Amino acid sequence: MKFKPTVVAGLAIAALLGTASLTIAQDDKAAMDAIKARKATMQLFAYNLGYLGGVAKGEIEYDAAAASAAASNLAKLTSLDQSRYWLPGTDTASMGEATRALPALWEADSEAGQMVMQLAAAAADLDAAAGDGADAVRAALGPVGQACGACHKAYRQSDN
Amino acid sequence: MRRLLAILLVLGLVAGLTGWLLSRPAPLPAAATAGLSGDAARGETVFWAAGCAACHAAPDSEGDARLVLAGGYRITSPFGTFVAPNISPSSAGIGGWSTQDLANALIAGVSPAGRHYYPSLPYTTYARMTLQDVADLKAFLDTLPPSDVASLPHELSFPFTVRRGLGLWKQLYLNGDWVVPVEGETLERGRYLVEALGHCAECHTPRDAFGGLDSALWLQGAPNPSGEGRIPGIAPSQLDWSAEDIAYYLETGFTPDFDSAGGEMADVIANLAHLSAEDRAAIAAYLKAVPEAQ
Repeated sequence: MKFKPTVVAGLAIAALLGTASLTIAQDDKAAMDAIKARKATMQLFAYNLGYLGGVAKGEIEYDAAAASAAASNLAKLTSLDQSRYWLPGTDTASMGEATRALPALWEADSEAGQMVMQLAAAAADLDAAAGDGADAVRAALGPVGQACGACHKAYRQSDN
Repeated sequence: MRRLLAILLVLGLVAGLTGWLLSRPAPLPAAATAGLSGDAARGETVFWAAGCAACHAAPDSEGDARLVLAGGYRITSPFGTFVAPNISPSSAGIGGWSTQDLANALIAGVSPAGRHYYPSLPYTTYARMTLQDVADLKAFLDTLPPSDVASLPHELSFPFTVRRGLGLWKQLYLNGDWVVPVEGETLERGRYLVEALGHCAECHTPRDAFGGLDSALWLQGAPNPSGEGRIPGIAPSQLDWSAEDIAYYLETGFTPDFDSAGGEMADVIANLAHLSAEDRAAIAAYLKAVPEAQ
């Protein structure tokens, strides 16, 4: 079986292009997986905050064990290493509507790292206060909200 | 023919004179603030409720740096870009001002030199402030750190560069009337916080072609003046959160789903977090009382 050189060349180019598009597809998948991972993380923040916020608002009756469990979860979740969740190129400029993370988050002067540490510190304080009653929970939630808002203000695309 | 020309000339002169008179800056009576003494502690509440730091703190400052009112925040609008000035107590700011000067700026939109301010300083809102609150605010502003940063000029194009024209604009839009009729102490306090200090409507209410707020669509949401996206409505027909949810959002930035506020609202919440729980509850009660679009 013999192939004409043009066919061989054509197959080789097709193979190369195929690999290239496969690589792009894999990069896309890696980017989408990272975006999914950080959205899932935010969901877990919100789920645990939901219980504590309900206590703070007086909608849920305070229970020391449940409040401590939620606050402990939040403290652990906020201190997990997230470096692989925020792959370069997973911003609004590259990924369009798949994410609201602004390119500024990845720039050299980004303060996102410090902001996450502030969040973890506020969550640790909340964890320490969670056993001390609904008022203590309410007071300790304030700095957590400020830490969330600081990062969202700077690095999340506005939804309006 | 000559007679017609004469009539036209007279009519033109009358129109010009009327315009000239109507567009004159109209400061408060000279003794409006006489005898008032300010309380800095009460003034701090006015300061946070009125959101002064949102524009007059240097952009992106956090924490105590928000008390350095060096200015520099840029408001983009269809009329051009307004740049918030330095209002710290220094010679670059408003260090030399009297309480009367501040009252003229906030309530009449007139500078100490007797010129119109642009309504990027939301004096159509602050016109509803009490003079005692102005005096208290002045006392608080005097306690803040000075900044020597020079104020930058607004970036406007003709005809919006002609300040005198604002006199006619004020005839249309500047009055101290309340928008929403309410009764009772909590609702009246909420209305004062929203309509006189908080200037929520400046973003959440749409504007007409001349840039005045359309009070028939009070707090019903509006296009973003920057041109990108839309600012959501916060009247009950647009926002179905409970009063408790609204008050908690204003305290912490957490929505009922425990997402958290970003954008401009993050700054608003950083200000409102300084208010008492009663004041935030009063704002929420007022928002629940806002009528449907008319």
